[in-house]
Amino acid sequence: MSAPLLEVGALEMAFGGVRAVDGASFAVAAGQVHGLIGPNGAGKTTVINLVSGLLAPTAGAIALEGRPLHGLPPHRIAARGVARTFQSIRLFPDLSARDNVLVGQHLRRRPSLAARLLMLPASRAEERQASARADALLERVGLAGRIHQKARHLSYGEQRRVEIARALASEPHLLLLDEPTAGMNPVEVQEVAALIRQVAADGRSVLLVEHNVRLVMDVCDTITVLNFGRVIADGKPAAVAVDPAVITAYLGAPA
Amino acid sequence: MEWLLEEYATYQSTVAYIGLNGLLALSVYTTLSCGQLALGNAGFAAIGAYAAALLTMNAHAPFAVALLAAAALPALVAVPLGLPVLRLKGIFLAIATIGFGEVVRIGLVNWEYVNGAQGLVAIPQKASVGLIWILLGVALLLLWRLRGSKWGFALEAIRQDEPAARTLGIDTTRYKLAMLMVGAALAGLAGGLEAHFTFMVAPNGFAFTRVVDMLVFAVVGGVAAVWGPILGAAFLTLLPEVLREVSPHLGIEPGPLRLLVNGLILLAVILFLPQGLVSLPRWWQERRGARRPA
Repeated sequence: MSAPLLEVGALEMAFGGVRAVDGASFAVAAGQVHGLIGPNGAGKTTVINLVSGLLAPTAGAIALEGRPLHGLPPHRIAARGVARTFQSIRLFPDLSARDNVLVGQHLRRRPSLAARLLMLPASRAEERQASARADALLERVGLAGRIHQKARHLSYGEQRRVEIARALASEPHLLLLDEPTAGMNPVEVQEVAALIRQVAADGRSVLLVEHNVRLVMDVCDTITVLNFGRVIADGKPAAVAVDPAVITAYLGAPA
Repeated sequence: MEWLLEEYATYQSTVAYIGLNGLLALSVYTTLSCGQLALGNAGFAAIGAYAAALLTMNAHAPFAVALLAAAALPALVAVPLGLPVLRLKGIFLAIATIGFGEVVRIGLVNWEYVNGAQGLVAIPQKASVGLIWILLGVALLLLWRLRGSKWGFALEAIRQDEPAARTLGIDTTRYKLAMLMVGAALAGLAGGLEAHFTFMVAPNGFAFTRVVDMLVFAVVGGVAAVWGPILGAAFLTLLPEVLREVSPHLGIEPGPLRLLVNGLILLAVILFLPQGLVSLPRWWQERRGARRPA
């Protein structure tokens, strides 16, 4: 196995007296899909918020490619190659699907301000390329026909897919997906599963928080199970599925 | 003949003020475009007006240099102001920036060198109506080109969902500060032009009510399009001229009538046209569409 891309060590996040994450450690290898599962309130979304920088950990370390990530503001973490989606969709509702993805390209685009303000042809060319890239990404998530729709007018499942396209637009090393299939029908779930495998095949790592256990078992190379902010199991899907601690956490202790 | 000249003088001053108010409305628009309700623009306009006036009167600087300083100085002042206050949101940012504007005004009232509350008089008249409108046109063109660009999308993203924008790599503080600086520069430019159009500046011309006017221009015109604030400024600058003609027939003083009509228009826009006058054509279309039988 290759060296880990993301390393989380003794991570701790306390909200007042509540420790949402309580000394969690795990690693995500390059080009792998890593599942982060656990019962409600286990601290999964908090981990995503910590890695993406929306929260600063009260203790512990997060490192990407061996260099620390914790303590950096979100835009610097994004620049290091981390992109994310949100459990509660956070698209820009009044922008079209394409324009949302164009915002996602913020770190990749290098247009010249002077060229744009002075209406030079160079800026038109750069914009056409950026739009073409955005449209290609939307096509990849199955939304070729919805490019010009405002985000607020898209269905729930479509909005989730635009969020994935927007995150991919930054060409991240690590993609954080927070319940990407919530509210989707089984066909859409299959499409997202295929998409996640493709993303990993491109050499990107994925950290997947998901409630759909079938999906997690199908697409993940490795899984970390959290309960009350602590890691209770870590390993290959098949091994984790039969781990007594995991079964207890999900179903309660045997009578 | 005398009557004609008089008519032209009032007309000319109204046209100039549409341009000046348009610039001031754009200065509020710049920060609104990334979701920031910053209301220090009367203070920035005052800094620009005094800086330009002192340069032409006391330093005998060329007018172009004075105007450049009128834009640059407020933009520089916006940096130390913006770094702490842009952490504030919504109404708190508004209050902090209004406070800044009042500090500038009160500072000028107590500054002997610039004649305190009386202000500066006999400033050379160097700003023509044409120049005011050319500069407004340039500002409008540049802000229009910003929309739909990488930076325009970043501003729009910040306005619609700031945390999401940050996770996409947008340095939101930098963008908000940049727009505060652009707004300060536009307000300062308007101040410098106004000083050299009316030959005088006084601190009371930059009181809190002035920035409320600017905000009302932007809201009534609408910030969904760049030309919205200018439309609002034109509409509300022309209105008193119309009311001045009408009010004698109603037996009301023009001053109070202006405030009443302004208030009613603002209320009507907020209630029925939340996107401002720029959304009037779409509103009209939708109404016609709704009336047509299916």
